[in-house]
Amino acid sequence: MSIDAAEFLQASVRTATPLALAAYGELVVERAGVINLGLEGAMIAGSFGALVGAGVGGVGAGFAVAVGAGCATAAVMALVVLWLRADAVIAGTAVTLLSLGLTGTLYRALYGVQGAALSVPTIAPVAVPGLSLLPLVGRAFFEQPAVTYALYILGALLWWWISRTHAGLALRATGERPAAALAAGLSPVRVRAWALVFGGAMGGLAGGVLVLAQVGTFAEGMSAGRGFIAIAIVVLGRWTPVGVTGAALLFGAASQVQYVFQSLGWPVPYQLFLALPYVLTLLVLAGTQRRAAAPAALGAPLAEEAR
Amino acid sequence: MAATVAVIVAAVLGILAVGGYDTPRALAALWNGAFGSTYAVLSATLVRATPLLFVGLSVGLAFRAGVLNIGAEGQLLAGAATAVAVGLWVGGLPPLVALPMVLGAGAIAGAIWAGIAGFLKVRFGVLEVISTLMLNFVATSVVSWLIRGPLQEPTRIYPQTLELAPSVHMPTLIAGHRLHLGFPLAIVLAVTVWWFLTHTAAGFRVRVVGASVRAASSAGGVNTARTAALVFLASGALAGLGGASEATGVTFALYEGISPGYGYSAIAVALLARLHPLAIILTALLFGALEAGAAAMQRDANVPSVLAAVVEALIVLGVLAFNHARTRGQRA
Repeated sequence: MSIDAAEFLQASVRTATPLALAAYGELVVERAGVINLGLEGAMIAGSFGALVGAGVGGVGAGFAVAVGAGCATAAVMALVVLWLRADAVIAGTAVTLLSLGLTGTLYRALYGVQGAALSVPTIAPVAVPGLSLLPLVGRAFFEQPAVTYALYILGALLWWWISRTHAGLALRATGERPAAALAAGLSPVRVRAWALVFGGAMGGLAGGVLVLAQVGTFAEGMSAGRGFIAIAIVVLGRWTPVGVTGAALLFGAASQVQYVFQSLGWPVPYQLFLALPYVLTLLVLAGTQRRAAAPAALGAPLAEEAR
Repeated sequence: MAATVAVIVAAVLGILAVGGYDTPRALAALWNGAFGSTYAVLSATLVRATPLLFVGLSVGLAFRAGVLNIGAEGQLLAGAATAVAVGLWVGGLPPLVALPMVLGAGAIAGAIWAGIAGFLKVRFGVLEVISTLMLNFVATSVVSWLIRGPLQEPTRIYPQTLELAPSVHMPTLIAGHRLHLGFPLAIVLAVTVWWFLTHTAAGFRVRVVGASVRAASSAGGVNTARTAALVFLASGALAGLGGASEATGVTFALYEGISPGYGYSAIAVALLARLHPLAIILTALLFGALEAGAAAMQRDANVPSVLAAVVEALIVLGVLAFNHARTRGQRA
């Protein structure tokens, strides 16, 4: 066999890392009942923020600005959806368009028309002693940049937070029955606002990971639909942290399959494999009768009596 | 509304200043690229407005029925891909036979692509926001496969198809200009959609379902699932026809970047027109001019043309804010 299974897995996990981070953010947003199509915008803002931040103050500053930029897009989203009471789908599309346009314009304006390739410092993979020596999965899961390890902890924390804490309960209540949440003394508007900010921060972080842990530079539109993929991942993962993590890995693996076929010399149309996770998401959606797994109030604006 | 315009003007001038661009020169290029000459109008603005008009109508019709179809991009790609595939096949036939076949195939493909989302919605209750978005990516992947697989040009060097035979080119309207038959066709469709919505019983049902699904089915006795399904199909057909028009009128071949996001700009086009089909003609022209002008601005003053996306996004956010101010005024 001319391909290395461990290498394939390692690349899959690497690709899945930003997808999973963004999907964790979207998971929280959707559990609060909002679909944030501005996530793609948060990611590209994060990527651009990482470039600006890392150029000024190194990797740490890069991540900080990336998260801040993601939050900024979420703030716009929250303002428009919750305060101006606009449709979230339209607002999210506009936020993504705005973010793609602004980052593209500012990149060319600040770094030259040609967009001369700028490279920023990146964080190198760190092998976890012992664990990285495990056969097959060792290098895949335990020889990655530190953000991937942060992802494992975050996934566990998120599961605990959503299912075991009062705040998590407030989140779920807002996504299921906002009016009941209000009656219980919660503020659905505030819960949704904080959920959006968290989602934006995670989207920004994911965009930062692309620049600071993978590519080492910025390119216009480099998020390349990953924010939308993250939304598919949340659906495929059926709105749970465990499911979302698995779905992110699946998407990561699907995008690596093309290289496997190339190295094996098989004339298989890899483009169709790129479409596979989306098709799978649609099938899963159709298979889960009447969206039983989705938050009941997903996509519904807050009614007057839930404010 | 004045505030929105002020914000957009301030944003554009701000970006031009930050980037250190020659502002007067950039603005002159913007204007000249869109309206400065007969060529600008007939070969740039109106040509770019054409696909925006098709997809704007597609999105506008869907939103009027409360169907959040954000998949116009995928439906346009399905239409363009099918039109090119059929066009390569029937190119030898006389234009009067071949062209309608090609355009019809594009419309049907768009309808089928949207129909998948419609079926999933009606049969399984799948949110169309998610399904149409997924289908956009599937369409992009399928196009990417077609132009490197079954439809690739015979030398197998470039990721694109052969050029369509002249018999399946959309006729141009004025000699020496790129403006093609797709534009008047789109205008006719805009009037047809308007007439359908305001003068037919089916159009009335669409508007009622859009206003309130519950009221339409309980008080109005409207079969809301059936109405929604038909809207999906019609909306997809409009976007698919837009793709076919672009393929036969502008690109003459299928390749990856055939749509620079027309399906997403369509949301801005439809929304600014307040979903009114006749107003969509005007907003499509405005956005066509904006994109033609932005392209000229990049050529002549080095200002990145993605600035147009910023303006489009601010227009959408401005409309949302304006709607808010209006409904609050009504409530008070």
